[in-house]
Amino acid sequence: MSDFSELMRPSTEGDRMETCVLSGTGMHFPWLQKYLNSVLTERKKEKAFAQTTTECLSLMQQALLKHQWQQAAGYMHSYLQVLEDWDVIKRQAAPEIIWKLGSEILFYHPKSSVETFNTFADRMKNIGVMNYLKISLQHALYLLHHGMLEDASRNLHQAETWRYGDKSSSQEVLINLVQAYKGLLQYYTWSKKKMELSQLDEEDYAYNTASQSMLNHSWKTSINLCALIQIPGVWDPFVKSYVEMLDFYGDRDGAREVLTNYAYDDKFPSNPNAHVYLYNFLKKEKAPREKLISVLKILYQIVPSHKLMFEFYRLLRKSEKEEDQKLGLEVLFGVLDFAGCTRNITAWKYLAKHLRQTLAGNRLAWIQELWDSRKNWWPNFHFSFFWAKSDWKEEKTLACEKALVAGILLGKGCRYFRYISKQDHQVLKKKMKRMKKSVKKFSIVKP
Amino acid sequence: MDLEEAKELKERCTQCAAVSWGVTDEGKYYCTSCHNVTERSKEVVDTAAIPNTKIQAISRGLKRKRKLEKGWDWYVCEGFQLILCQQVEALKTLGVGPELKNDVLHSFWKRYLQKSKQAYCKNPIRTRRRKTTALEDTPSHSDWDSEPELISDFICSSFAESEAESQPDLHTQKPFPIIKAPNSAYTCSGSLDGVEYSQRKEKGIVKMTVPRTLAFCYLSLLWQREAITLSDLLRFVEEGHIPYINTFEHFPEEMKLYGRDKLIFAIESWPIYEDIYKNTIELATFLDLPRFPDITKDCYLHPDILCMKYLMEVNLPDEMHNLTCQVVKMTGIGEADFLTFDPIAKKAKTVKYDVQAIAIIIVVLKLLFLLNDNLEWSLSDIAEKYNEKNKKDKPWFDFRKWYQVMKKSIDEKKQKWEEARAKYLWKSEKPLYLSSYNRPVVYKRREVVVNLQKQFSTLIDSTPVAEKQNPSSFQFNWTEENPNRTCFHGHSLQGILKKKGQSLTTMNSLYWLSTQKFCKSHCKHVTTYEESYFSQSYQFVISLFSFLLRIKTSSLHEEVSLIEKRIFKAKYNQSKKKPSKKKIRKVK
Repeated sequence: MSDFSELMRPSTEGDRMETCVLSGTGMHFPWLQKYLNSVLTERKKEKAFAQTTTECLSLMQQALLKHQWQQAAGYMHSYLQVLEDWDVIKRQAAPEIIWKLGSEILFYHPKSSVETFNTFADRMKNIGVMNYLKISLQHALYLLHHGMLEDASRNLHQAETWRYGDKSSSQEVLINLVQAYKGLLQYYTWSKKKMELSQLDEEDYAYNTASQSMLNHSWKTSINLCALIQIPGVWDPFVKSYVEMLDFYGDRDGAREVLTNYAYDDKFPSNPNAHVYLYNFLKKEKAPREKLISVLKILYQIVPSHKLMFEFYRLLRKSEKEEDQKLGLEVLFGVLDFAGCTRNITAWKYLAKHLRQTLAGNRLAWIQELWDSRKNWWPNFHFSFFWAKSDWKEEKTLACEKALVAGILLGKGCRYFRYISKQDHQVLKKKMKRMKKSVKKFSIVKP
Repeated sequence: MDLEEAKELKERCTQCAAVSWGVTDEGKYYCTSCHNVTERSKEVVDTAAIPNTKIQAISRGLKRKRKLEKGWDWYVCEGFQLILCQQVEALKTLGVGPELKNDVLHSFWKRYLQKSKQAYCKNPIRTRRRKTTALEDTPSHSDWDSEPELISDFICSSFAESEAESQPDLHTQKPFPIIKAPNSAYTCSGSLDGVEYSQRKEKGIVKMTVPRTLAFCYLSLLWQREAITLSDLLRFVEEGHIPYINTFEHFPEEMKLYGRDKLIFAIESWPIYEDIYKNTIELATFLDLPRFPDITKDCYLHPDILCMKYLMEVNLPDEMHNLTCQVVKMTGIGEADFLTFDPIAKKAKTVKYDVQAIAIIIVVLKLLFLLNDNLEWSLSDIAEKYNEKNKKDKPWFDFRKWYQVMKKSIDEKKQKWEEARAKYLWKSEKPLYLSSYNRPVVYKRREVVVNLQKQFSTLIDSTPVAEKQNPSSFQFNWTEENPNRTCFHGHSLQGILKKKGQSLTTMNSLYWLSTQKFCKSHCKHVTTYEESYFSQSYQFVISLFSFLLRIKTSSLHEEVSLIEKRIFKAKYNQSKKKPSKKKIRKVK
């Protein structure tokens, strides 16, 4: 609904676990809930108080959807009485709803200010024990959003030191997250200092002190960050900044270990970025090709249309192994399976070339194998008459490459190839001729 | 500073000669009348006494706290009495005569206390239980207006008690006084008999509840034949003109409510017409009341007058009143014997005057327009054409136009009503708690809510929330000027009626029954209302009127069917044998 709520939703394993607990199985069926409610109300007459709060909540949600912040505030004003509900379950569920909707209202309301938001957050933090950390964290994010880094940092510090008996240990993940965000803020100052440092002369007197304070910072930061990234989860910004710092101080092994762990540990959720980070790191390190290929192979399995796939393809081409060549072909086909890549000229160029070479090398079986699963839908997906016309109109070279591929895969008779080969163009004359020749020679569909 | 601390010093003060000593924080004696501090200090007998004084201090602290909570001694029935007082005062400001309070409600209440054996009888329950003689003679002199006296009697006795409690030596008393098992929520109460009251289950006794206070009010209104129907009464409650929710807020400060009292006096629901109606009958039978004063033609509750009122309310032409009167005559529901409430009769039953009047109007609408989603529109076409041609004449009533105007107004009203319901603030300023243990929690919660509300109230639209409207028995206001609120009162029924001989009859000769067959089993309903079986216009009319009265659509439909049963008695009795005079078309 809004960037704010996006901001407020750090995807953590902890969150996921909690929703599981809430709904029992981790699944959520709004219609089922409604049905259950109606069954319940049929059995026992609902009190007017409960009706009021339910009705009020739904009207407030409607007002929020319509961006009527003032009306929503009005409903919130009366919804707050749910905190005094005699029904314990409802009363305990209320603070979270109030916090979520209330912060939304205060974020957008024209008359609201940072101070209002702060008072609201401070009040809500202290209703019930279970919400303290979550609200503190989201409060800090709000402050960050408004560029108030120092306040945010102070807030996080307060949350970090918060303890409440057993309750605090059960919320360990949240505490780690709080610490990590604090670390992220420290990283921000660190990288600002790094910028300053790069502008200073090494001989300069200030250089030493600056680099010293930077070192201090990085030490604190890394402590804050490293606790979190041990826990399974998606921690991209934290990992990235942590690795950058390690790298800066020359701890390459440490950085590599963190990244490898982040990418390969089975307990972590599958995360393409983890492999991208590792690949980039290894590339910078000038790691052997084999190693790079193995990293990208996993990325290929998760996201076959990733933009790194061309780099992957080039690496595979350089390899002498036959299976890598075959994989290269697979990668190209895989990229072109995605609607977003249909007009990617590089992909088509690579494919045309690779197809020709493969056929020249008498590897028809490879192509057959890949083509079999696609021959039902690629003709309409890539090689329709419509595409032929629009490709020719907009990008003639692309049209030529595609026509070549179409000719090879579908034979001379296919619509795409026929349309393109009939076109007359001065500059591309030579190319067209070559294309027709190759099709004649290589087409897998013999007339 | 407690006086009892310094009782061991019997000397006279050197300055004012009084013998009244207190002990300062440093342990020195001072005179409480002139504040002269002496050099003598309280002797510490031996070291063993030091922890003892500590205990004293602690127990003193607890005692003070307890005193705060304690307040007056009061009984549950007094609470209800206070609520009734508030309600009847509100009725008085609405214009009801003063006799209602002083004569009617008072004697009903007295009768209730007597019948439920709480007072005005030889051996009231609570005196039996408490085994104190203090109360035995109070019933004889306690009067309606002496209600504060009643309480003050209790105060006196409670004062005596608390003094007696504080007298005994603190060393012999347990350091922690037990207050009626303070931790278990359901075993304590601020009132003296709250716990027993909620456990009491005697056969044949109608126990007081907050909704029953409204039944009391309605009974007295009925006795006085006041111009307030039950639906009016409930609407006034809803609009806040008659206290009902959180009435305990206005109890005297010293009447403390907690624990069981919360379950007795706190109300979190709107009164429902059917419930209060049932309660009224129950109560009247329990009180063994004689036949009520006759409801005659000149009473507000007579269907002829009520029909007029509702015709005005829903913007229908005055000429329809003629027809409603005829229906009333035909069915015989205008008779005093039928209308008058007689609780002693074999089967006590009072007429739902307001619902009945509305049902008559609906029957007349059906007679005139059939309401089959067809005839009413073609009649409207005719009326529209006529009105266009003859702009100077008295306009003919146009059902379609009426529908458009009514639909719009009722939708607006309904939306406002729903919004107000969704925004209603139920919680009292004076929160109720179940036990002294969770008292601070409850107060804290209240404080949090108030603070948060304060914060959000600054963000609400600056336009003031609709002011509390003045009480009125009308909910709509129709004028000629405003096209959205066109008034149809003066429109004529010509075009719908035709001359037949000397009298007028309706153009429409058909009719359909709202209920074909009445349910004869032992279940309580006589008919059901399944909306989708009925025509759109009938649905609209039913929902419009039931919203006006704030009752369920099904109960209005039932009332319509009952009226029809009376009109078409013949048809119901000898169905299928002979076609009755009026052709009756079946509903699907």
